[in-house]
Amino acid sequence: MTPLLRRRLLSLACILGFFIAWEVLCLVFHVSSIVLPRPSQALVTVWTRFPAIWPHALQTIYTTLLGLGLGIVVGFLLGMLIGSSRLAYDTAYPMLVGFSSIPKVAVVPIFVMWFGAGTVPAVLTAMIMCIFPIVVNVATGLAATEPELRDFMKTLQASELEILWNIGLPRTMPYFFASLKVAATLAFVGSVTSETVASNRGIGNLMMIASSSFDVPLVFAGLFILAALGIGLYVVFSLIEARVTGWAVRRDEFGAD
Amino acid sequence: MTTILENGVPPADRVIELENVRVAFGGPKNRVTALAETSLRIARGEFVALVGPSGCGKSTILKLVAGTLDATEGHVFVAGRGIGGSPVRIGMAFQNPTLLPWLNIRDNVMLPLKIVPPFRGGFAAKRRIEYSDRVEALLGRVGLSGFGDKFPWQLSGGMQQRASLCRALIHDPTLLLLDEPFGALDQFTREELWEIMQTLWIDRRPTVLLVTHDLKEAAYLASRICVMQARPGRIIKDDAVPFARPRTIGTAYEPDFVSLTQRLRECIVAARSGQAVLP
Repeated sequence: MTPLLRRRLLSLACILGFFIAWEVLCLVFHVSSIVLPRPSQALVTVWTRFPAIWPHALQTIYTTLLGLGLGIVVGFLLGMLIGSSRLAYDTAYPMLVGFSSIPKVAVVPIFVMWFGAGTVPAVLTAMIMCIFPIVVNVATGLAATEPELRDFMKTLQASELEILWNIGLPRTMPYFFASLKVAATLAFVGSVTSETVASNRGIGNLMMIASSSFDVPLVFAGLFILAALGIGLYVVFSLIEARVTGWAVRRDEFGAD
Repeated sequence: MTTILENGVPPADRVIELENVRVAFGGPKNRVTALAETSLRIARGEFVALVGPSGCGKSTILKLVAGTLDATEGHVFVAGRGIGGSPVRIGMAFQNPTLLPWLNIRDNVMLPLKIVPPFRGGFAAKRRIEYSDRVEALLGRVGLSGFGDKFPWQLSGGMQQRASLCRALIHDPTLLLLDEPFGALDQFTREELWEIMQTLWIDRRPTVLLVTHDLKEAAYLASRICVMQARPGRIIKDDAVPFARPRTIGTAYEPDFVSLTQRLRECIVAARSGQAVLP
């Protein structure tokens, strides 16, 4: 057994152990499924009521990915602006910090007022949730460019655009992907929050309705699906990250000192 | 400020001309003079070393010439800059290799070819293979044959520094600015790179401005040594180095060489204790 396989198996065993303990404790103490359903009940609910859950899951995936996509575009551009301009840094940064301190739940009614309930507020909430970490990391990545490299490029008469393209952007990539993994999970928080408050579709709405009829296993089924979607998106970004910014993770296969 | 001198265009063989240049940092209250009134002329093909204690403005002069810093007062003239015609081609190397970690050694060395005018056109026209051969040839000269596909972090510090020198030389610069490029290396690597540097200079004859705190290095490589003093930074001694080329490490142990480095050392020590020995 290789050490890697051993490590994988061990972590898998611990994760399974957590759910088994939950299951067993619920059985031993006769916890009602209205208070805390067993994981097996939630999984069975996911399975048996899949046709009813699926459209909601699709809606949540749709709004989340759209919001995340917009958030990436806006966040990346804003981060580049803030990272390369002093004035932009001084004005946009305090505003951004202030804005991201506002609980997003409080913003949803405003979006509903402007765009009506449904898809648009969910997309927008997902977007504003994930902008902040992306902006901060992209700006930090640009600021981390070595001044010597800038000087080097300037002596070659490189334009600002060439410096950005050849030095700034690649240097930013590891920071950008680190923020993407945070942003992906935050985007789910945003879309589901909005669906809970004002929508007639989506996992958030499904859980809202299920909890009002005390269908707690369905609520937990929703939670499980959200967790699975979040993990899925995280894995996708991790794989892209490993391909694009493999250079940032040093491997000692050469044995140089 | 980069302007042509008022008393006409400098003679054709002058590549660098600093005239009464002064550099100060900070506001009116906490003003620090990095460089006091300084004049320096460097002719085409000269190898000039700037030596002195830290904080004496060696790197400040280098930045003025590189064009990344503006003088507070005085004129900085660099041939080809600020006037029409082909701009001066500058190569630069630092104490740290500053290679880009996401590019392999070949692409790192090729970076200037992507940017500097006569080559960038070829880059667009997909002459990459020709450039690749050019990089390989230069890597071979510094003892890095076959390392083009490696990434910087796979190489030792000395090898990275060699690659960094290649990056400074790949676009055939007419002006080479070296900011303590051998400072962080071990004795043997350093001496080896001195030899390589000298050979390259004899072959191509670029104008070189080398900043160093190693007197032996300055005496070995340079055709002229400017000794600088700190607080405020200024040049206190400007001497030609007479030894015949090519110099070898053996040259460094000859009496004339030793007495030269000895004199330079005394000059710097005296300047530090406040009694400047003027030429």
